[in-house]
Amino acid sequence: MHDEFLMGNAAIAMGAIASGVNLVAGYPGTPSTEVLETIAKHRSKDTYVEWSVNEKAAMELAAGASYAGARTMVTMKQVGLNVASDPLMSLEYVGIKGGMVILVADDPGPVSSQTEQDTRHYAAFSKMPCFDPSSAQEAYEMVQEAYEYSEQYGTPVFLRPTTRVCHGYASITVKDPEEYITHTPDGFVKDSRRWVIFPRLSYANHAKIEARNEALTHVFSEYSKNKIYPEAGEQTGSSSVNESCSRKGIATGGISFTYVMETLKSCDMVRTMKVSTPFPFPEDLAVTFLTGLDEVLCIEELDPVIERELTYICGKYHLPVKIYGKLSHHISASGENTRDSVTRAIRAFLELHNTDPQNVNDPHAAASGDSSADNSSASDSEASAVPELPIRPPVLCAGCPHRASFYAVKQAMKGRKTIYCGDIGCYTLGNAMPLDMVDTCLCMGAGLNIAQGVGRIEPDTVCFAFVGDSTFFASAITGVVNAVYNQADMTLIVLDNSTTAMTGHQPHPGTGQTMMGEIVAKVSIEDVLHGIGVEVVKTINPLHLTEAVDTIKEVADLPGVKAVIFKSPCIAIVPPNPALHIHDTCIKCKRCITELGCPAIFIEDGKVQIDPSLCTGCSLCSQVCPVHAITGGDDHES
Amino acid sequence: MNRNIVLCGVGGQGTVLASKLIAAAAMANGISVMSAETIGMAQRGGNVFSHLRLGDNLYSPMIESGTADLIIGFEPGETVRMLPFLKPDGYVVVNKRAIHPVTATLTGSNYQGQAMLDYLQSRVSHLMIIDGDAACQEIGSAKVLNMVLLGAAVRTGMLGITEEDIKSAMHKTLPEKFHALNDRAIDYTR
Repeated sequence: MHDEFLMGNAAIAMGAIASGVNLVAGYPGTPSTEVLETIAKHRSKDTYVEWSVNEKAAMELAAGASYAGARTMVTMKQVGLNVASDPLMSLEYVGIKGGMVILVADDPGPVSSQTEQDTRHYAAFSKMPCFDPSSAQEAYEMVQEAYEYSEQYGTPVFLRPTTRVCHGYASITVKDPEEYITHTPDGFVKDSRRWVIFPRLSYANHAKIEARNEALTHVFSEYSKNKIYPEAGEQTGSSSVNESCSRKGIATGGISFTYVMETLKSCDMVRTMKVSTPFPFPEDLAVTFLTGLDEVLCIEELDPVIERELTYICGKYHLPVKIYGKLSHHISASGENTRDSVTRAIRAFLELHNTDPQNVNDPHAAASGDSSADNSSASDSEASAVPELPIRPPVLCAGCPHRASFYAVKQAMKGRKTIYCGDIGCYTLGNAMPLDMVDTCLCMGAGLNIAQGVGRIEPDTVCFAFVGDSTFFASAITGVVNAVYNQADMTLIVLDNSTTAMTGHQPHPGTGQTMMGEIVAKVSIEDVLHGIGVEVVKTINPLHLTEAVDTIKEVADLPGVKAVIFKSPCIAIVPPNPALHIHDTCIKCKRCITELGCPAIFIEDGKVQIDPSLCTGCSLCSQVCPVHAITGGDDHES
Repeated sequence: MNRNIVLCGVGGQGTVLASKLIAAAAMANGISVMSAETIGMAQRGGNVFSHLRLGDNLYSPMIESGTADLIIGFEPGETVRMLPFLKPDGYVVVNKRAIHPVTATLTGSNYQGQAMLDYLQSRVSHLMIIDGDAACQEIGSAKVLNMVLLGAAVRTGMLGITEEDIKSAMHKTLPEKFHALNDRAIDYTR
């Protein structure tokens, strides 16, 4: 054993490696991405790692490997599980042989996600056990325990960390390589009664699953990480527990547990239950916890899972305990918990006998990391003295080729009735002013079909769908087939920057590299589109503005499905060109600023200037400048 | 001795590396560390922060407001944003240069770094303002702002680690060809 400073996701990865994981597959998504990347970096030569084309593919791949006896892990973010939900729901009825851990990272806030969905529900829905770590150290140990449970009970299990656990760092104790388990898969054994899902098998296995999960409520009551504090013999906090507090308790789990323990350091220690397996719920332990209490405050993020379970258990066992939490408005229904919001909630709970829901924190402030909502203790006069702070929404990087692509389409379609259907990736940021080029965004690959839907109802609208290269492979191809088959009129814009940029530049089928470090044939987006039957497919560099605008004009009004592939690499994966300069001939029309919104261009002392540390020399601004006052970089001006 | 530290700035300024070096230096001295970083969408020009906690008996990587011993601010406005985390009598090391968000340039909003610095001056008893631009120019690299601020932070005494600890952590983290440059940056406020 030795100590290392690890990110929560890296701790999970090292835990999987220590368990002898044989195969890992996933699709990138914040906050889960670093798990697979860390395994790829530290894996033994016998471990297979891949970025699959999407989460469904990853889940099915891992299922196959687990059928063959391998220890496997699938990694994704919470919305990725929606994509993988089809194999997920059936897989539990079939079961596995080698241990399978489904790593799904939830994102309270949400910090960088479409939804605040709670994977603990998916665990209950799919009937698979779920482990919910509260820290990097715990996550490291839990992965290893999860493989044991998975194999013992023949079921995939969830490991569900949240953003602050995934991206928190801690100095933790980890195994030395000599202590790692070596797991040797014993191979797939043909048995159609076991591996082929049919109604009869589902019926028989359903009963077994329900019986197993009922048994697990007892087993998990003994699990060391489901725990009641203070432990037997442990001293309570610095001051003695007062009479009223001795009949109050707190139930919590995940990162909120750590906030509760920090708060209780300076308060009276009250009976606290940490729930590390939200499904199956440790029912016996909960009864022990609840017995003798009058009131319990549930502190958790996303949905009130613990709160509902405890309410159910109180009913089932006729326990006269009032359960508070999100449903009673004592804890914010949405957004992240913070150290401050948890302290406020606990203080209100312990000091007021009849707690009333007045201390709900502001989820927006918490989500943005803005601590201004935590200013409530400061007096109003003090707060008003704070100068107005700059708002910094995320924007496309200086030199981002997506800016040029959006601008070209915008210029080409000036004065036309259009809809611009966006998708998931960096290019969602094309919605920001001044580009304002994303009218819709729903989920991975949705833009293509939404554009078709709008077109069916408004035939006079010129319909565009924008999709990134990684998203194209992940979930947009079926949308193209749908459009071609059903003879839609639309233009597909593929924003091909040769990487999965938003999540930190992962390879994908179009990049010609795999996570195993192999160089492979690139899957050509152009060929895929031609293969489907898209007749007009143009590939151009969006940084050549005139050509890009002309191409869009030429293509947009053609009947049927057309595609333009804007191909230019992400600025983060290629060396920059020399920065541009603004000459004294600048007439201060600010067109470069108001048209493009590039973060490298700013006004100081009344002069338009370019920040050389940000400018990548993309030259888009020089092509927009009416007086050619901007030069340098990779000049596209003829 | 427990320490709570907040590092804040704008995506791309090097807050994460600075936070990792403090952590590495503390761990080399046998001190336990927890930290939390902003990762993801906010990195694209958004405000970023790290919470860093050194010491024993830690549960949460996040800091409660009013409990930070030190804020290392890479940008004046972001430092004001994080000020509610500072404990009374806490220390602030702040870079002078304001970064104008692209939205401010578009809307013509009047974001002034000096107003932020004035506000800090009126609120913080232990404030050190660093002219990061001048420092980087003198040292000869635009990339050493984080090391300049780190050096100044060490000198507040609030990190509980020495200049040598930080340098040795940096030497272990960065390629050798950058050592001399970054040593000079760490020494800048000496």
